[in-house]
Amino acid sequence: MSSVDMYLLSGVAVFAVCAYALVVHAHLIRKVIAINMMGSGVFVLLTAIARRGDETDPVPHAMVLTGIVVAVSATAFALAVVRKLHEATGHAYLPEEGEDAPPDGGGG
Amino acid sequence: MSFAGLVLDGLLALSLPVLAWRALSARDLYRAVILFITFGVILALAWARLGAPDIALAEAAIGAGITGALLLNTVGGLSRKNDKDDERPDEPTDRVGRPWRTRLAVTVPVTILAGGLAWAVLSFPAPVVDMPSLVGEAVAEGEVSHPVTAVLLDYRSYDTFLEIGVLLLAALCVWSLGLSAVRSTAPEAVSGSPVLAGFVRLLAPAMVVSGVYLLWAGTSQPGGAFQAGAVLGALGVVMVLTGLLVPSLGRGGVVRAGLALGFAVFLLVGVVSMLATGGFLAYPEGFEYGLILAIEFFLTFSIALTLTALFTTVPPREKGGGA
Amino acid sequence: MIPALINAASMFFVVAGAFFFLAGTVGLLRFPDVYTRLHSLTKADNTGLGLMMVGLAIQSGSILVALKMALAWLFVLVSGATAAHLISTTALKSGLRIWRKE
Repeated sequence: MSSVDMYLLSGVAVFAVCAYALVVHAHLIRKVIAINMMGSGVFVLLTAIARRGDETDPVPHAMVLTGIVVAVSATAFALAVVRKLHEATGHAYLPEEGEDAPPDGGGG
Repeated sequence: MSFAGLVLDGLLALSLPVLAWRALSARDLYRAVILFITFGVILALAWARLGAPDIALAEAAIGAGITGALLLNTVGGLSRKNDKDDERPDEPTDRVGRPWRTRLAVTVPVTILAGGLAWAVLSFPAPVVDMPSLVGEAVAEGEVSHPVTAVLLDYRSYDTFLEIGVLLLAALCVWSLGLSAVRSTAPEAVSGSPVLAGFVRLLAPAMVVSGVYLLWAGTSQPGGAFQAGAVLGALGVVMVLTGLLVPSLGRGGVVRAGLALGFAVFLLVGVVSMLATGGFLAYPEGFEYGLILAIEFFLTFSIALTLTALFTTVPPREKGGGA
Repeated sequence: MIPALINAASMFFVVAGAFFFLAGTVGLLRFPDVYTRLHSLTKADNTGLGLMMVGLAIQSGSILVALKMALAWLFVLVSGATAAHLISTTALKSGLRIWRKE
């Protein structure tokens, strides 16, 4: 297995691990971290793809560079929304299906 | 590639998913954020190994640095408001341990997805279009010799234009949420420390110099507006954290204009070049180098300012009060 | 003869640097409290990085590159010292006791 193959699989593994965590964890900050890292997994994949030929392909590099900036924008916005939710409800997680408010009832 | 290199790549490739897992299953959020930052640093190393120094620079400054600071400050802010005995943000502890049925219902599709993806990436067909040499030809025509910068600002400048738009939009969205001002969540011993203040005074000029250097170097070697903006933005965040830069007391109009400047200049160049040559952002011949450098300069300024604004989350007040 | 000497010297410095990094990491994992851990991290890693920079500077064969590396090392020294100071001050103020052998 070549180095590029290892990085390709690493990107896939990061993506999968974060996809799992995104669904399983309830706390919104964990979800934000999971989405951000999922993006990183895709970036690793793209950079490894750029490395497959004899020459390094600069187009995926430019895409990843763009992606990193978009990721930090999205993360900053998501964190601001989490803070807003926490200010409004006192909790940083969403109610489960079938409940109106988080279990320890500090909502409102 | 040498055997030692292969082992190093293997270790880096293995530690990325392991770190991601550890970060997301860490028992408290503070630990999760620290592991997230570690993940970012290892990722930067992996990119250096993959021959992508531009991305490694951006990841170290933005991915690990600024995103890490954003997360730490949010976690700190949540736990402070919570007023509980333990300083951890409220975590629905009853939900972290989900029933095994739920976990299984998630694990199975994720495993299938991962398997399919792994099979797909390992059996990629050889590239049909030889991008590196195409870019090489395009770069040879232009005057910017570093391929990544050439792709970002000459070859595919449209993407970069939209990207600065996204950054601006994110800052506007965050401002419009009407959050209370972010105070440094660092303890008094840190934020009031003379050692830290002295360190930042020493650091600031050095970071400005390296930011400008990265911008200038970007035309011919790794570097460019985004890396330079990231370094200067990180400086802005550090200055906000140490209280040297008070975000809410700035001159509102100037800050707003500064945020929009990069986007506005890019748009102006695009429209003017459309009138001159008939194509949006198709730079007229002979002007490429100057135009690209001008765009990069304003981009750097706006990126640095926007990253700082994303951190402070509140718009500056206009001079003489008002919101 | 000369290239072989240069290679040997830079290898020596890099390996010595790696040893200090290893020692610093072992200290971080094994020492009993924040203060001793900080001590091992900053001392060993700063020395380790310095040695590695010397090894790489010899290899680079350019004064300019060597100077840049020296500058990078200087910044790591200053930021390491500042960070260690801030962490230990915070730990002390928040009442974390210093470990004593019992």
